[in-house]
Amino acid sequence: MAFQTKNPVIRWIEYRMPIFSFIDHSVGSGYPTPKNLNYWWNFGSLAGVALMIMIATGVLLAMQYTPHVDYAFRSVERIMRDVNYGWLIRYIHMNGASFFFIVVYIHIFRGLYYGSYKAPRELLWMLGLVILLLMMATAFMGYVLPWGQMSFWGATVITNLFSAIPVIGDSIVTWLWGGFSVANPTLNRFFALHYLLPFVILGVVVLHIWALHRFGSNNPLGIDVKGPQDTIPFAPYYTVKDYFGIGVFLIAFAVVIFYLPNYMGHTDNYIEANPLQTPPHIVPEWYFLPFYAMLRAITFNIGIPFTGVVLIEAKLGGVITMFGSILILFLLPWLDTSPVRSAKFRPLYKWFFWVLVADVVMLDYVGSQPPEGIWVPIGQVCTAYYFIHFLILMPLLGKLERPKPLPVSISEPVLKGSGPVGAAATAQPMEKA
Amino acid sequence: MRKTVLSLAVAAVLALGAADSARAAGEIKLPPKDWSFDGVFGTFDPAALQRGLQVFKNVCSACHGLDFVAFRNLAALGYDDDQIKKIAADFQVQDGPNDQGEMFMRPAVPSDRWPSPFANEQAARVANGGALPPDLSLMAKARAGGPTYIYNLIGEGFVEPPAGVEVTPGKYYNKYFPGHMISMPPPLSEGVVEYADGTKATVPQMAEDVSTFLMWAAEPNLIARKRMGIKVILFLIVLTGLLYAVKRRVWSDVAH
Amino acid sequence: MADIAKPAHGGGGDHDGETRRDFLFLAAGAVAAVGAASVAWPLIDSLNPAADVLALASTEADLSPVEVGQSLTVTWRGKPIFIRHRTDKEIEEARAVPLSELPDPETDQARVIKAPWLIMVGICTHLGCVPLGQKPGDPRGEFGGWFCPCHGSQYDTSGRIRKGPAPKNLVVPSYKFDTDTTITIG
Repeated sequence: MAFQTKNPVIRWIEYRMPIFSFIDHSVGSGYPTPKNLNYWWNFGSLAGVALMIMIATGVLLAMQYTPHVDYAFRSVERIMRDVNYGWLIRYIHMNGASFFFIVVYIHIFRGLYYGSYKAPRELLWMLGLVILLLMMATAFMGYVLPWGQMSFWGATVITNLFSAIPVIGDSIVTWLWGGFSVANPTLNRFFALHYLLPFVILGVVVLHIWALHRFGSNNPLGIDVKGPQDTIPFAPYYTVKDYFGIGVFLIAFAVVIFYLPNYMGHTDNYIEANPLQTPPHIVPEWYFLPFYAMLRAITFNIGIPFTGVVLIEAKLGGVITMFGSILILFLLPWLDTSPVRSAKFRPLYKWFFWVLVADVVMLDYVGSQPPEGIWVPIGQVCTAYYFIHFLILMPLLGKLERPKPLPVSISEPVLKGSGPVGAAATAQPMEKA
Repeated sequence: MRKTVLSLAVAAVLALGAADSARAAGEIKLPPKDWSFDGVFGTFDPAALQRGLQVFKNVCSACHGLDFVAFRNLAALGYDDDQIKKIAADFQVQDGPNDQGEMFMRPAVPSDRWPSPFANEQAARVANGGALPPDLSLMAKARAGGPTYIYNLIGEGFVEPPAGVEVTPGKYYNKYFPGHMISMPPPLSEGVVEYADGTKATVPQMAEDVSTFLMWAAEPNLIARKRMGIKVILFLIVLTGLLYAVKRRVWSDVAH
Repeated sequence: MADIAKPAHGGGGDHDGETRRDFLFLAAGAVAAVGAASVAWPLIDSLNPAADVLALASTEADLSPVEVGQSLTVTWRGKPIFIRHRTDKEIEEARAVPLSELPDPETDQARVIKAPWLIMVGICTHLGCVPLGQKPGDPRGEFGGWFCPCHGSQYDTSGRIRKGPAPKNLVVPSYKFDTDTTITIG
């Protein structure tokens, strides 16, 4: 379906710079998309919307904010009190971070369930993980800017992670701070980077979409598109479905902004930073809690048994575990040995997927609890399971599991008027030999 | 679709639950209290705010600042310009330097912020036996429980210490203060304020009024926010409904 | 959020539903447009002066130390306010000029509350520079008032434009005398 129009202005521009056919090819009627995408596929476009909301409100907030330790807290309160609609813009931005992460986490788990990371979409998956890492860095630095107690102590704790690096760790931390503690130089550079990184994210999003368009979207059946009968044009079908998804998203977002704006925040961040007094409970924002739990799970040194030789101190071990939990996802396309993408046809993996979800939710909860008593071993078991899932279960399942027969094509189950089970009779035995 | 919605709802509940528990860790349980500003249609009662201001001005402001509130903000409590000017004029603020290069004191004007009772942190500590009375501008948002915490702390919290609990000299036992040893003496006693509107100034009444006032001080746009929220959400529901109808129409010719 | 459902060329056929479909598209598009406009306003309005800025909209000035022939500059809303205690000669000069000679005709009487005290916003009406003429050594131009160094506009002893590119007289702010020697501007 080539791009065509009668509008002379569009034709004039199109002849000199074919931007309209480019858009049409990217997200328009010229982009054939599997016809069977379900609502879990809405979260990619939602993440894009969330990024746009964050950039728009962030730019406006930056015009009112003062990145100086003496004025940062005050300037945020001025936004909340004196700036016209400042409270609205700040609450959108503050809760927008949470909603961005909710959407992205669902997007990632959707990829895990339907095997969207598998060949030939490995690079697409890895670019997505780069976006996640950039988002985490951006969110962390953004949280420092209001210069409340949690801002300050969160910045102190997280930057101190780098002191776990042997030999040069302390120098790196001093370099990160631009001083001998988290102070004004730190706040200034965090502000500069917090403004910069979203645009880097935007750039990687373009790459992510570029990679997506090479093979198109995966789909709930996880089988390849066999021909035009399996696809529908992205516009208007998926544009309108995305609009509806955005509407639902905005309703949920509005409920939190207007009625629970501080629900996901922490009360201590309404106390101005005090470098001499740490709050009794330091808790990161909820979207970091699973990683925080893994950081704290390593309470022991790792060494050669019975010799007393310490190879990795507990502190370094925790840091490695935390970063490893994301880095391991980069290897997932190769750790998963199953020839079948969608968990729909993987009777065992389907269950382990939900165990992993429960494990991560549990880690989120453990991360919110003080690191004492029963929570320490629970955190350790959950952390261990997280790595076991990816390092042991994923390679093993591919070998042991007998996938259900796959349908011949996306349109097949629809034509048969029944689900994939009905199509099984004609399906090629695609399970591993 | 129904399954998707259900899973989403479960995920949301789990995520919010985790956030909730993050805050609940290691806290003293507060008896619940209903507030006029709770809920979707919540609002501030101007009379309660004015009484709360009176309690704050006559009692709290001797030791606590209210740095983020300017006198001009008191218009939200139902005062007109002249009344605000009169309230402001009761306070002295530092200004300057003047033509002689010296700082000087002058009566506050509406654009001034509420002056701190102490010149600096050290002065505050030395006047209060080493303790620092915190600024109260954001207190209703800076403590778990917010206004309910403030109400319980000053209205109900000062009780006889349980047997066996030794109270350090200069400290007071408070049921709801973390650690129970608070440096603030019980601030309220019956009749410490004589309300201009004739309301009987009991301790719970004053605690409730001043907590309401501090909630307003911490979140002056609370009412505007809730009012706007209703409109925005109703609008979004209509829009989303329309978009759903459009989606159904567009998809009507796709077998799926 | 500014998305407006585009009644694109998809689907085809379906003649019966065409009218209802068009209506639905239009309705959704119109509602979305209203939403986008309502979102735009708070974002734009956030850049207007905030409440604390508006609250500082008036300034008081004490005129008692300013002798005849001297000038005083005070700040009001971040802008310089020129206050000149004019000599009788300066007042006379300003009032002797026929209005027909002025690019922006205005009598001196209309520009002052008390004749000796000329109070103006010290911003050249051309492109916003601050004219010279407040300090004793400053150039004051051919008309004994103020001279803008940026593009050579010249103002007379009533602050009226006489020569150069500026289109208007220096602006007189709203002010009032609280006592004989103190004023409130704004």
